[in-house]
Amino acid sequence: MKKFTRFIRENPRIVLGLALIACMLLFWLVGVMTIGISKAAPLSGPPDMPPSSRYPLGTDSAGRQLLPVMIAGVPLTLEVGFLAGGVGLLIGTLLGFTAGYFGGPVDSVIRTVADVMLPIPALAVLVVIASTIHVLLSVEIMALVIASLAWMYPTRTIRAQVLTIRSRAFIEVARLSGESHLKIIFRELLPNLLPYLAASFVGAVGAGILAGIGLEALGLGPQDKPTLGMTIFWAIYYGATLRGMWWWWGPPIVILILVFMSLFLISQGLDRYANPRLRQS
Amino acid sequence: MSAAYVVRRVLLFFVVVWAATTFIFFLPKLAPGRNPVVERIGMMIATGGANASGMQAMVDGNERKFGLDKPLWQQYLTYLGDLSHLDFGYSLMQYPTTVIEIIRGALPWTIGLLTVSTLLAFSLGTILGALLAWPRAPHAIQYLLPPLFMFSVIPYYLFGLILVYLLAFQLRIFPMSGSSQLGVGSSFSFGFVADVLYHSILPALSIVLASLGFWALGMRAMMVNTGGEDYMLFAEAKGLKSKRIFFGYALRNALLPQTTTLALSLGTILSGALLVEVVFNYSGMGSVLFRAVSAFDYFTIYGVVFFIIVGVALATLILDLIYPLLDPRIRYTKG
Repeated sequence: MKKFTRFIRENPRIVLGLALIACMLLFWLVGVMTIGISKAAPLSGPPDMPPSSRYPLGTDSAGRQLLPVMIAGVPLTLEVGFLAGGVGLLIGTLLGFTAGYFGGPVDSVIRTVADVMLPIPALAVLVVIASTIHVLLSVEIMALVIASLAWMYPTRTIRAQVLTIRSRAFIEVARLSGESHLKIIFRELLPNLLPYLAASFVGAVGAGILAGIGLEALGLGPQDKPTLGMTIFWAIYYGATLRGMWWWWGPPIVILILVFMSLFLISQGLDRYANPRLRQS
Repeated sequence: MSAAYVVRRVLLFFVVVWAATTFIFFLPKLAPGRNPVVERIGMMIATGGANASGMQAMVDGNERKFGLDKPLWQQYLTYLGDLSHLDFGYSLMQYPTTVIEIIRGALPWTIGLLTVSTLLAFSLGTILGALLAWPRAPHAIQYLLPPLFMFSVIPYYLFGLILVYLLAFQLRIFPMSGSSQLGVGSSFSFGFVADVLYHSILPALSIVLASLGFWALGMRAMMVNTGGEDYMLFAEAKGLKSKRIFFGYALRNALLPQTTTLALSLGTILSGALLVEVVFNYSGMGSVLFRAVSAFDYFTIYGVVFFIIVGVALATLILDLIYPLLDPRIRYTKG
């Protein structure tokens, strides 16, 4: 318990960020149990209603009740982020470790491919893919498509990290004492890079959510689920701003700001945790 | 700047564009047994409405080039050939207009909005971040920090939605949408230019305000690092003027990583800016893409995406060529 309070005092940013995420999950859980998400479908209320006691967040032009839409949208947004960020980082870690640890021709190939693919704007490629496989697109497939274009940056930075650690004395000792490559990678390299990987993961989740929302706001997200980005797409499509319907686009923006803010806090906190020198500034 | 460096960077530009276009050619083909282009045109003919004979001609033309009877490599070569002279075919949504004509009308708007707002945000944010970490800067600047960080976590276009509501819908200071008043011809009169600027303030403002914090934050961290370097102590011990130390020593050295970050974030910036155009119904590439996606106009989508890819690659190339001017270490070492 004492340890726990000390962790909170020393890492307020991480705790605050995690608490924000927990609040959102709680909002979803309580929402599903009390209100349910069945009213997120079109025609479950009169169109264009401002917030009232009957429709807490109002309704959109298709008669979707927006509070249930938000309840359904929160976990979908987090799912896209965690899946896309997780898979992207996993690929990046595998390639980064392979390139950094083994070096040689494998390294050159991985580095060249990553360098060539890095300047390709992900959204452009995603738009082409999403518009052609549109009908088949689910939340999971969208996340995997995003992940397929999210591994280059982690690969490059993790490779650089591995290179700096590889030449240190304790790795040399492990190698000379006859440990296998796998053992060195998992028992010596990986533990040293964990804080760094955690920070990268948070960044990758944020990037994944951003790409997913961007696709959805263009109308290219999964069609069968009421995602937050799709709500923004419909709000733009039906000119909600021109009609002053703030309750339509406001709630998804507030939720997204909270999501990005919590990720930002966590990543800053992790930076400080891994690099104590930053704490003074 | 060594010639080898320039040649390598230019070569990388072409490889990047080639890889990206190859990617978007083959990836949709992996979806089994479907040809969305033909399906879409077939649907348009079936529902009537569109110019049916023109559509049929388009299907035939498409079949001649990319028909399923042709081997894939032949389709690929045709595709690359068409791209090399910017032939994207006709737009499906505005049939007799070609894709390149639509893009030609939209491109200047995007380039104008994007370069001005990005350069503004980058330079303002960088200077602000530098001042934030500078002990002798006015203290009032510190109060800017929390709101700027707040803005920087919001995607541009969501920030744009908020600005439209507050400044255009509620206060009616700025126009809500569009890039110029309807009916005003595009003659370069003073009124037209003023009108265009008036319409672009809000979209530009949402990009600048939402990205200022990002640049300030990065620069501040770099300045804190350079502040601890020995050459800073030496400059101070030499008795150099505070201004000289700030610009010539601290800022100059912190600028390098900042430029690298700019090169790496170009894709994200552009994606955000395209969606800002959608929010403001600004007549640039973003709005064209939005309409093309809504209508499943594949030829226009491919055209816009191609220009996005080339644009980002070109901007990266330009930054890569500027980089040696900032960093002597690259200028003097070969290769």
